[in-house]
Amino acid sequence: MDIMNIHNLVKHYPRVQAVDGVSFAVKSGACFGLLGPNGAGKTTTLEIVEGIIPKTSGEIFYKGAPRTKEFAQEVGIQFQSTALLSFLTVKETLTTFSRLYANPMDLDRLIALCQMEDILDQYNDKISGGQKQRLLLALALVNDPELVFLDEPTTGLDPQARRHVWDIVRSIKARGKTVVLTTHYMEEAEKLCDEIAIMDQGRIVVKGSPATLLMEHGRGVLATLPASSFSMDALTLANEEIQVRRKGENIQFRTKDIKMCLEKLLQAGVDLHSITVRSPNLEDLFLDLTGRRLRE
Amino acid sequence: MKAFWSIFMARNKEFYRDRAGLFWNIAFPFLIIAGFAAIFGRGVEPSYKLGVFPQLESTLAYQLPASVEESPFFSIVKMPDKQTALDKLAAHKLEIVAEAGTIPLNFWVSDSSPKGAMAGEILTSTLADPLVLQQYAARQTIEGFQVDYIDWLFPGILGMNMMFSALFGVGFVVVRYRKNNVLKRLAATPLTAFQFLSAHVVSRLLVILFSTVLVYVVCASLFGFHCKGSYLALVVVFLLGGASHVSLAMVIASRGSNEEFASGLLNLLSWPMMFLSEVWFSIEGAPDWVKAFSQVLPLTHVTSGMREVMNYGAGLSDIMPQILILALITTVFMALGSWMFKWTG
Repeated sequence: MDIMNIHNLVKHYPRVQAVDGVSFAVKSGACFGLLGPNGAGKTTTLEIVEGIIPKTSGEIFYKGAPRTKEFAQEVGIQFQSTALLSFLTVKETLTTFSRLYANPMDLDRLIALCQMEDILDQYNDKISGGQKQRLLLALALVNDPELVFLDEPTTGLDPQARRHVWDIVRSIKARGKTVVLTTHYMEEAEKLCDEIAIMDQGRIVVKGSPATLLMEHGRGVLATLPASSFSMDALTLANEEIQVRRKGENIQFRTKDIKMCLEKLLQAGVDLHSITVRSPNLEDLFLDLTGRRLRE
Repeated sequence: MKAFWSIFMARNKEFYRDRAGLFWNIAFPFLIIAGFAAIFGRGVEPSYKLGVFPQLESTLAYQLPASVEESPFFSIVKMPDKQTALDKLAAHKLEIVAEAGTIPLNFWVSDSSPKGAMAGEILTSTLADPLVLQQYAARQTIEGFQVDYIDWLFPGILGMNMMFSALFGVGFVVVRYRKNNVLKRLAATPLTAFQFLSAHVVSRLLVILFSTVLVYVVCASLFGFHCKGSYLALVVVFLLGGASHVSLAMVIASRGSNEEFASGLLNLLSWPMMFLSEVWFSIEGAPDWVKAFSQVLPLTHVTSGMREVMNYGAGLSDIMPQILILALITTVFMALGSWMFKWTG
């Protein structure tokens, strides 16, 4: 069953078409990811769906009907950047927000879920980036929502803090909640999302489960070598079976037949000491689909 | 109600934990009152500086007739010699100069100084035989309602401080909250604009009342102010004044996320009020259009109401016009502010 349905969403700003006819559905209990580079329209789309900014046109259904006042009681939202009320401790902030809802989650459970026991008595503005991100996540969960929106929940976090957030998202999912998140980390989408939609310039370029998308669009393997390994022009090695692309200091070969490709490189006398071979990921998929890199 | 209470308590904590803000809120009005009390004091302050130099032949003696020495109009400044005294007179550092020990008393004033002419007249009449003067003019004393400037100023300063605290404490904070997305975060909850705004209004009124009571008690015990009329009337007119200014700030802060612009707008409102709402001086002699404009400003009704009560002993019914006007202003601005309010910039 779909918990949210979005049809042909459009958002015009005076000089920009921020969202240009976006449609997608979010399955109940799933994790849905909106991917794309900065400026693709992910956050605008998300905030329209959340009810924070008005749409220009399109239709948004929550549980099969237009959103009502109850929507705010039942969803949890984490924005990309939020300052919090100053001079309040973490505990007081949680209490303040929890009292705004009719059916809040038990605070002790929330604190345990987001692993905040050790920072409860610190002031909001005195905690680290990772701790603040966990607090914002906790605020999004304070009403025990059925549907949680997370806008780039791990941007700017170190790898350990990022894994921390991933664990929390997984435990939300494990409790049968629905999660909608945006990210420009492909790894994050592959690890957390059941379904993704890749956005570019206000439109959805492709959508589906990460595995399906990679199967459909990213068959073959990628072999990468430093340009210094070649004594000839690497681009002359391209044929119907092998695509060759210059990527900065490296040369990348893309092929469905890696054995044939390696033989060809050996014949050409290429130094294979520094070769890496891997399957394509969502990052490569995005590059294939849009001709641009994700974090440009 | 739970939501209102939650925001109200959060805002109160934010205020009293912000020690710098709390300090200025209380110290500022107190320092102004203390400063003015030191400058003006009570009673008639000496208006003219009288330079005195000794007679040439005599030893350094500055003897003046007793009536001049005791006159409340002159503060006497001793000069080493005639030339210094006259130079100071020419430079308008003294209003009048007299030569000690001469009969009749020799004195000098500057023709280009209007205060000098007045000082000369006062000196002459001070020296005249009071019995003779009585035949020409009979002085009467007004009974009761004499108000020293410092007593008159005190309600004005309390009102002015309330105005700044209400306008900037709410207007600035709400715009800052919108700029750094605190409001956006709250907009994602079931909290309504009215709940949010009313929590801020009530919290700010509490703060203003608390700091004013503190300033009032300290100043009253140090400088001997007292309220001649009903305390109830004083609190009512003061709180309604606070509510009307906080509501006005809500209108200013209803949109926009530019702190500089909001601050400019708040200054644009507060400065005319400071001068045209009779905080520091009466505008009785001002042109009619200035007086008419002054009636539009909420602070005018606060200062006039508070003075009626504190200086002239008015009760609740005497200041009903002020109370009704302030209630009307509060209602209109509060409705307008809630209606115009936007969570995001």
